[in-house]
Amino acid sequence: MKEKLLSIENLSILLPEGSDRNHAIKNINIDLHAGETVCIVGESGSGKSLTARAVMGLLPAPHVRVESGKIIFGSNDLVKIDYESLRQIRGSEISMIFQEPMTALNPVMSIGSQIDEIFRFHVSMSSKERRNKAIDLLESVNLPDPSLIVNSFPHELSGGQRQRAMIAMALALSPKILIADEPTTALDVTTEAQILNLIKEMQKRYNSGVLFITHDFGVVADIADRVVVMQDGNLVESGSVEQVLNKPKHPYTKSLIAAVPSLNPREPRSSSNEKVLEVKNLNKTFGGGKSYFGFGKGSRVVNAVKDVSINLYKGETLGIVGESGSGKSTLARCVIKLLESNSGEVILGDKEITSLNRKEMRPLRTKIQMVFQDPFASLNPRNKVGTIIAQGPLTQGFPQDECETRARELLSVVGLDEKAFNRFPHEFSGGQRQRIGIARALALKPEILVADEPVSALDVSIQAQILKLLDEIRDQMNLSMLFITHDLRVAAQVCDRLAVMQYGELVEIGKTADVFKSPKHEYTRALLAAVPGKKWKKE
Amino acid sequence: MLDFWNRFSRNKSAVLGLVILLIVIFIAAIASFIYPEDPFRLAGKPLSAPGLNGFLLGSDSLGRDVASGIAHGAKTSLLIGLIATLAAVFIGIIFGALSGYYGGFVDDLLMRITEIFQTIPSFVFAILLVAIMKPSIESIVIAITVVSWPGVARLVRAEFLSLKNREFVQACHTLGMNDVKIMLREILPNCLSPIIVIGSLMVATAILIESGLAFLGLGDPNIMSWGFLIGAGRTMLRSAWWVCTFPGIAILITVLAINLVGEGLNDALNPRLRERQ
Repeated sequence: MKEKLLSIENLSILLPEGSDRNHAIKNINIDLHAGETVCIVGESGSGKSLTARAVMGLLPAPHVRVESGKIIFGSNDLVKIDYESLRQIRGSEISMIFQEPMTALNPVMSIGSQIDEIFRFHVSMSSKERRNKAIDLLESVNLPDPSLIVNSFPHELSGGQRQRAMIAMALALSPKILIADEPTTALDVTTEAQILNLIKEMQKRYNSGVLFITHDFGVVADIADRVVVMQDGNLVESGSVEQVLNKPKHPYTKSLIAAVPSLNPREPRSSSNEKVLEVKNLNKTFGGGKSYFGFGKGSRVVNAVKDVSINLYKGETLGIVGESGSGKSTLARCVIKLLESNSGEVILGDKEITSLNRKEMRPLRTKIQMVFQDPFASLNPRNKVGTIIAQGPLTQGFPQDECETRARELLSVVGLDEKAFNRFPHEFSGGQRQRIGIARALALKPEILVADEPVSALDVSIQAQILKLLDEIRDQMNLSMLFITHDLRVAAQVCDRLAVMQYGELVEIGKTADVFKSPKHEYTRALLAAVPGKKWKKE
Repeated sequence: MLDFWNRFSRNKSAVLGLVILLIVIFIAAIASFIYPEDPFRLAGKPLSAPGLNGFLLGSDSLGRDVASGIAHGAKTSLLIGLIATLAAVFIGIIFGALSGYYGGFVDDLLMRITEIFQTIPSFVFAILLVAIMKPSIESIVIAITVVSWPGVARLVRAEFLSLKNREFVQACHTLGMNDVKIMLREILPNCLSPIIVIGSLMVATAILIESGLAFLGLGDPNIMSWGFLIGAGRTMLRSAWWVCTFPGIAILITVLAINLVGEGLNDALNPRLRERQ
């Protein structure tokens, strides 16, 4: 039996009065042994992050506090421990990696001095020793040129490099326990794979226990030894990774796993040869503008979209995949004329639209509509849902009562109650809001729907529902869809054809099944290889 | 609405401020009933101490009733504060909305104009404006408006800058909505909370500027105001303390009350608290 590092016993955490439930978590039991990775999985609001924070003593007191239970670490109970002793344990024996490395690092301190702080607080070393130690650490997390990075500031590093620096800091004093709170959620898939590897490698080197919080079952399959599934603050299932992933017992776990999109591409549907949208040699650059009144340096020019040509045929879904900065969103925004492209043509139906001004474009807006990523930012919080949906037809000059009837119809099409008409967006959950966003886009009866990461802000079970809805609507209305996503699993389930973008260029385009089976471009291969949980095949 | 009141009343001092403000407004409203005579009228023996010769708060060197002056002055002060603020908010919204929404050259031009106004110390500027025009209630309102709109413009510009890139605004672009509608119907309602807060605080500043101008003798000579009363009594501060003191207390309490209400509004309308739901 391995050494037991941490045991959470019957832990309950109270939420402030007036919250939607009394307990953030209730009667949670989790053990963590040396050299072991325990994944806590759950959807948003399941209490997984609070569990981790309770271990670090980072609960937002006094509103949220531990009601009962113990967190045994060595001979201490971390619930009752005094602040000074807790401070000694934090950072040196238990350390934490956060989700967003940009906000978790102090933007006005160099990476070196942030690592330095840890040594200064916990051990006595000369400043030169500390600096050398910092450089060693940065080297151990495979950062290129550590002696340069030690002096650089967080904004000078990429997201993956920042997360590596965070890991270096967390591991500075070779802690017994590493708590990782969604450490790869903000990262691209190739970077994610590297970071997961790094965490595993570090774990082996220090024989530490890792408490890994995630919502992604692919990541779980890759990294976990044991899995704990949480729902609404309750622990619903725990067990070894094979057991939970392949033979889940609890219905909630089953539904979660069933909702994870499979990597096997869908059957391609018969597509017509009628082009509804044609993009020819589209270019878009950012920056390069002159500075204030022509003084000073101009800014750097970034080629966001470089010479991209794609066709969209009637009734098909064309997926555009790529990592952040690949220009996929910029391409979508140029197509729908939220951004002006620099050169190239976009032919919608039989009209070239890049040269049109806003007034000339207005009647064509009915043909192409967009679904946005963030369901919380894409609806005006001050307008009622009915108004939001009816807005489009109203703008196009349809009479008021016709618009309202259409809005009510659409509510039922997207699976919402008609009562939603007179309510405000904040009364709805993320998934419901995304439905409202889809209804708004459909209100103009478009031929083409541009969906910019429509499910990436949603939990996996909601994600499955929205994808199903999009599928149904597309069949019903014979829509063509431009589907932008970074998630290859989602792309596999939704898209007939797939276009892969890197650094603003289109590197590969083809039938989804072909791209998955025999990727031609090196980058596509790298992307496919990095998908978390690739080896895990659902039964 | 009830929800809003609950959040507002959580801040006890804001409720206190609101009560005081309502009392001041009440006094201003009934001034003509409790003191039907002209406040400039010589009502009795000059320099009577409070409580003597039938003067509740004493009389000044010409025998005018200080209490009557305060009651009638309340109307002037509140009215000037309110009108000047509304005008300033109106101009500020137009400048801020246009420069925040369009950016680029429009932004440069409008913001440089705003900065010209911001570089001149506001009170000196107000004195200058009133001195150039004739001291009258209109010129005072204009002066206060002119010195206080740049703050609103800056605020509205910042709000528009952050809101114009939100997805719901982009969605309106894809629906083909025109700019005026997007600005007025989509963006503006979303930045009303900070505008209301800054507006409430501007009323307090406006009252102070008006009092300051009247104190310096630049008030409308035909209209009773708190600043005028203080100005009239300042030479006899040691012999007849009440002439300056009571109007001074009135200004202090009113400005304090408005500030407390403003702070309460800020708490109640704070978007961070609102989004916690």
